[in-house]
Amino acid sequence: MALVLTPNIDNPDGFYDALVQAHEGLNADESAAFNARLILILANQVGNEETLRAALKTAQGA
Amino acid sequence: MTAPLTDRYAVTHRLYPYRRSADQDAAEPARHPVVVVGGGPVGLVTALDLGLKGHRVVLLDDHEGVGTGSRAICFSKRTLEICHRLGAGEQMLDKGVVWSRGRVFHDRDEIYAFDLLPEAGHRHPAFINLSQIDFERFLAEAIARANAEGAQIELRGRNRVDAVDPRADGVSFDVMTPEGPYQMEADWLIACDGARSPVRDMLGLGFEGRVFEDNFLIADVRMTADFPTERWFWFEPWFKSGASALLHKQPDDIWRIDFQLGWDIDREEELKEDNVRARVDAMLGPDVAYKLDWTSIYTFQCRRMDAFVQGRVVFAGDSAHQVSPFGARGANSGVQDAENLAWRLDLILRGVAGETLMQGYNRERVMAADENILNSTRATDFLTPKSAVSRTFRDAVLHLASDHAFARPLVNSGRLSVPCVYGRLPGFGADALEGGPDRSRPGAPCPDAPRGEGYLLDGIGDGFQLLGINAFVPDAFDLDGIAVTGLQLEADADIKARYLGVADHAVYLIRPDQHVVARWPVYSAEAVIAAIRAHLGR
Ligand SMILES: Cc1cc2nc3c(=O)[nH]c(=O)nc-3n(C[C@H](O)[C@H](O)[C@H](O)COP(=O)(O)OP(=O)(O)OC[C@H]3O[C@@H](n4cnc5c(N)ncnc54)[C@H](O)[C@@H]3O)c2cc1C
Repeated sequence: MALVLTPNIDNPDGFYDALVQAHEGLNADESAAFNARLILILANQVGNEETLRAALKTAQGA
Repeated sequence: MTAPLTDRYAVTHRLYPYRRSADQDAAEPARHPVVVVGGGPVGLVTALDLGLKGHRVVLLDDHEGVGTGSRAICFSKRTLEICHRLGAGEQMLDKGVVWSRGRVFHDRDEIYAFDLLPEAGHRHPAFINLSQIDFERFLAEAIARANAEGAQIELRGRNRVDAVDPRADGVSFDVMTPEGPYQMEADWLIACDGARSPVRDMLGLGFEGRVFEDNFLIADVRMTADFPTERWFWFEPWFKSGASALLHKQPDDIWRIDFQLGWDIDREEELKEDNVRARVDAMLGPDVAYKLDWTSIYTFQCRRMDAFVQGRVVFAGDSAHQVSPFGARGANSGVQDAENLAWRLDLILRGVAGETLMQGYNRERVMAADENILNSTRATDFLTPKSAVSRTFRDAVLHLASDHAFARPLVNSGRLSVPCVYGRLPGFGADALEGGPDRSRPGAPCPDAPRGEGYLLDGIGDGFQLLGINAFVPDAFDLDGIAVTGLQLEADADIKARYLGVADHAVYLIRPDQHVVARWPVYSAEAVIAAIRAHLGR
């Protein structure tokens, strides 16, 4: 499964807002922990190893 | 209460110089059907719309015309459509700079571009840029033309509303003039007196919301330059004149420039000409000659009143709701408030609808205000991240966006004003046109389309309208004192795309403000009558 790098989020502004809101009231450590949990949840949704490796690479490159 | 009048700003065009009115010499306070407080864009549109509908309107403003200083520049398609109906659109379109494209940069890279009207066949463009000063002047000129044709719209300059006494069947209030105070009464008082609304304070009503902890330096500069007429926006610009920057063309070789300065600044220092010039020079390069036309520093807020209708006092525009300007939703939404309340008040004053019709104004424009506040809050939060983690995400989006298309829709430098679709509110029935286009569903404003030598919207509005597309509708009938007219059309490609979708024929019921009330595949008198009565709350 190829990594999707074209727009694929249904409601970009709504998602971004919810993401930032989810961090409200968290300190830096709590935010980092939240992000870690979120990444693992999303990674499980992706599943495919090749895709996950491609995502890691893309994040490194930016 | 008897404080003398003072100028809060200098006036560029004395559109309505103070003249003594007979009301000032009346033994008893004169009673008027409608009094509008405030001669900004919203008050002027309200007065003009009601005046053209045949009502006697008095507008009071504590100054004598349009102030200097620069505020709104971006006026939307919907605003132009409304102003066109009111006879002021042509001048705006002639003078305004037409644009629809925007580009967003991060540092030096272009990371996002948008085109707001990628489609032909509309009289009006997605946006024009025009100074608010000219926008208001054109409205005042349209009022003068309407008066020459018999309208009764009276603009009273240097008339300041100082005290308001609301009653069950109207409002009585005190007005201050250069020649002293007098009293007036009105059946309806429309408060278009701006974000600091003295009328709102006089009624002790709240105005809660958020202040964004950031300052924006607005500079209008005069120069001849051949940058395209696009909205250019930079996050973390390479020229380092601010945390973000904006460049946008206006008429008369004026360019709007906007720099984000941050929260802890020395306003006076920043406004010194040398300091402003240093920022502008860095942006434009050393060889560009320009003149500073206007500079000021703003902080922005998003807030609204709980309810815009308070008995016989109705709030519209900035007095009712305020947004940050990223999205051009202030004046544009206020003009839509004005048109939404004008047709309702017309029916109420003519006695063909009850006072409760105004509750629909409250519902619909509160919904619109919430939509505008949500959008401009999101844009402002992206520009001015409110926490470290939100800045981390923002910067991640900006970095990813230059290489990866997926991140570009997350870049937010302002989502520009579009009209609200009221469909899920009371008064709008279910959509009965199977396969009909989403954009013309109940609650939406009618999309424009070419028609003969002109445009579809030219023939719609001011009353209740039936539109039969490849379908029969009657020419005209009267329902409980309300005139309903019909227009039959054969669909061409544009009308089909905008009104039929996959349907072969359709009947639309449209209100005086050109919003769709209901639509069906074919005409049925019972269905139309029921829909109008339901909409008017009968
Ligand atoms: C920098 C900046 C950029 C902006 N850009 C845009 C844009 O591009 N597009 C857009 O749509 N909007 C924009 N806006 C917002 C826009 O300027 C406002 O939304 C608009 O002016 C609101 O109009 P209004 O008629 O409600 O109020 P105002 O324009 O504030 O008018 C209120 C009037 O009431 C009068 N008044 C006040 N008190 C009294 C009293 N007691 N008695 C009598 N009269 C009184 C005032 O003198 C004034 O004339 C911008 C704003 C700023 C600050």
